[in-house]
Amino acid sequence: MYFGLSEEQRMIEDSFRKTLERNVTLDSIRAVATGCVPLDHALWQELTSLGLPSLLIGEEFGGAELGLLEMAVAAEELGRTAAPVPFIATAVMAPLALQLAGSPDQRERWLPALASGRMRIGVALAEQAAGARRNGGITARGEKLYGKANFTLDAGGANACLIADARGRLYLLDMTAAGAKIVETRTIDGTRKLSEIHLDAADAEPLEAADNWTCEHILNAGRIALAAESLGAAEEMLRRAVEYAKERRQFDRSIASFQAVKHLCAEMAAELEPCQSLVWYAAYAFDHLKEEAALSACLAKSHIDEVARFVARTATEVHGGMGYTDVMGLHFWFKRIGFNRAQLGGPERLRAEAAELQGF
Amino acid sequence: MDLTDRAEHRAFREEVRQFIAGHKDEAPEDTTQSYRMQPRRYSEAVRNWQRLLVEQGYACRTIPKEYGGFGASEDILKNRIIAEEFFNAGLPQTLLNQGISMLVPTLLEHGTEAQKQEWIAPTIRGDIFWCQGYSEPNSGSDLASLQTRADEDGENFIINGSKIWTSSAHIAKMIFCLVRTEPEASKYQGISYLIFPMDTPGIAIRPLQTMTGHPSFNEVFFTDVRVPKSCVVGGRGNGWKVANSTLKHERGMLSNATQSQDRLNKIARLLKEERVDGEPVSKSPVFRDRFIRLQARVQSMRLHEMRLMTRAGDGLGSGLGDMICKLIGCELNHQLDALAIDIMGEAGILYEGIPDAARDDFWQQLYMYDLGLIIGGGTAQIQKNIISERGLGMPREPRAEKE
Repeated sequence: MYFGLSEEQRMIEDSFRKTLERNVTLDSIRAVATGCVPLDHALWQELTSLGLPSLLIGEEFGGAELGLLEMAVAAEELGRTAAPVPFIATAVMAPLALQLAGSPDQRERWLPALASGRMRIGVALAEQAAGARRNGGITARGEKLYGKANFTLDAGGANACLIADARGRLYLLDMTAAGAKIVETRTIDGTRKLSEIHLDAADAEPLEAADNWTCEHILNAGRIALAAESLGAAEEMLRRAVEYAKERRQFDRSIASFQAVKHLCAEMAAELEPCQSLVWYAAYAFDHLKEEAALSACLAKSHIDEVARFVARTATEVHGGMGYTDVMGLHFWFKRIGFNRAQLGGPERLRAEAAELQGF
Repeated sequence: MDLTDRAEHRAFREEVRQFIAGHKDEAPEDTTQSYRMQPRRYSEAVRNWQRLLVEQGYACRTIPKEYGGFGASEDILKNRIIAEEFFNAGLPQTLLNQGISMLVPTLLEHGTEAQKQEWIAPTIRGDIFWCQGYSEPNSGSDLASLQTRADEDGENFIINGSKIWTSSAHIAKMIFCLVRTEPEASKYQGISYLIFPMDTPGIAIRPLQTMTGHPSFNEVFFTDVRVPKSCVVGGRGNGWKVANSTLKHERGMLSNATQSQDRLNKIARLLKEERVDGEPVSKSPVFRDRFIRLQARVQSMRLHEMRLMTRAGDGLGSGLGDMICKLIGCELNHQLDALAIDIMGEAGILYEGIPDAARDDFWQQLYMYDLGLIIGGGTAQIQKNIISERGLGMPREPRAEKE
């Protein structure tokens, strides 16, 4: 038994960390968040050459054919820098769906393009992941799709979108298809937008081999990757809180010497420390222990959603008034954590699923 | 990441399984947990089982042969395999008490050859029970302020003072004890770690009734207790350092994820068996939610321990990773107990008339006992100081006194 990263996985971690530290600044996050630029192309290029969108894709299509654990390692680093790039849909869920259930032609058309970062695919599975809200729901009649898909991930600027109908069948929708209207909505996290997709007799090509398991499988992957990203974001918030507390002086002392402040930091550290193992295990289970993948994903994301929220508010509090300002930019991490919590099932939903999975 | 056994460990697991199959009928029924909550002398069955485990290398396996152990080289994965297989078979594992968990590692690290020869073997077999003389009425979290003194008198020390929270003092044959031997030295420099028999003249023991209803603690009073200087462990004036190496072992003993997993499994059964209006409680969304919350925590701590084992196997110190275990683990157990009580509703507060009420480890007892563990062995607040100061590098709170 070896419960830790291999040398290769540590190298992936290290290269993502260094690249992101070099390429993500508060200014670059702000530029995307305030809508000045729709996508940080330079960063996307860097991450593409590091292999982010190709990580899960098979070698025959130009990918690295690695597992979700490697993706989780990269995701944690994306969270650590609050990197303003699309990720969950186009780099995790869409490639997995295409590889599992795409026809040879679909794989040939899409996977190399995804791997090279030339094209991106959004994912509209909010209804499947967390239930339908706000009149969401897609129905198929004949060859056409009708209805509205809410809260679509990474659809802005994407070339296509993975979408499911009410029976759980998966389709690839060309973003320019007749009868499709896409409305992008801002979220609290300015760097992660969601879209509404309105379909009225729109053409979409089915992923013929997709079944319920395909949908469940890619949801598990998305949930684990989100958990990893939130973990990285929370770790960074704690690091900043500790650093700030050491520097900030009041009453002629560093505020880090006050137990009131220290204990908040200790609580954050104590809650966060075991989360790393939860993420690694869930990703490992996804790669190697199929029967545990769904439960592990639910436990990991639900728990980390809660811990990350606690860290987000507490680390902000430790920063005092400065934490509340835009100057420090701490709120970008705070918002990323809030965004991720609501995606693909919040903690209450995931716990209900976990109970169901265990036959309660 | 690779969670499968290598060939050597697969073979070892098979060996443990065969031992269990061949000996499970010899296992005693009384649990380690019940002995911890209500310290009493070990039954003969318990001692026989412990002796068997030590001989076979399933308890205290890395203690050198010359001190009565099995002499195996450190292999964390084998320890884990033993723990898993015994746990899955529902068999009691090695005894855990302050002698085995705290005194023995201390002697191995700091003791003289004579001390090791004399005390380790009978302690790990469960034949000698130890108690710990650390806290005093006025020295709790601020342990180093202790005032019990040992004055030099020729080849002896003469001890005067008192200790509190001394579990097992009434049944212990021996005590390991912190006393002030150099009154003129600074707070942390003047302490020595002594070991001596509890039947030495001048020792009085008064049981301390606790909220659980059991007198599991004692006050111990020393009046002109004369002990030889040879009973110092780790050198005169070094007691603080010696004791700190022992406290680390105690914190490991106070919480472990296997214990939490065991409780979680019991609660999963309870959820399905306990019925309200004819429906199992497991149908209640609120209780499902509470259960899964804690399940995620138990899972995270179980996996965290695996990660720490791997780190230790790699020769990496885990620092923060170890420091959080007592704080999180004890709180988690307490919350598990609370959930079990709540699942049972009114029945959860009964002292009799429910199937488990006769047992001294039933949920209400555990709920109180585990609160005691949150306080004992370094309070949760002291743990947070340790995590923030040693783990996160935050400065100490300025101290009022000179050190």
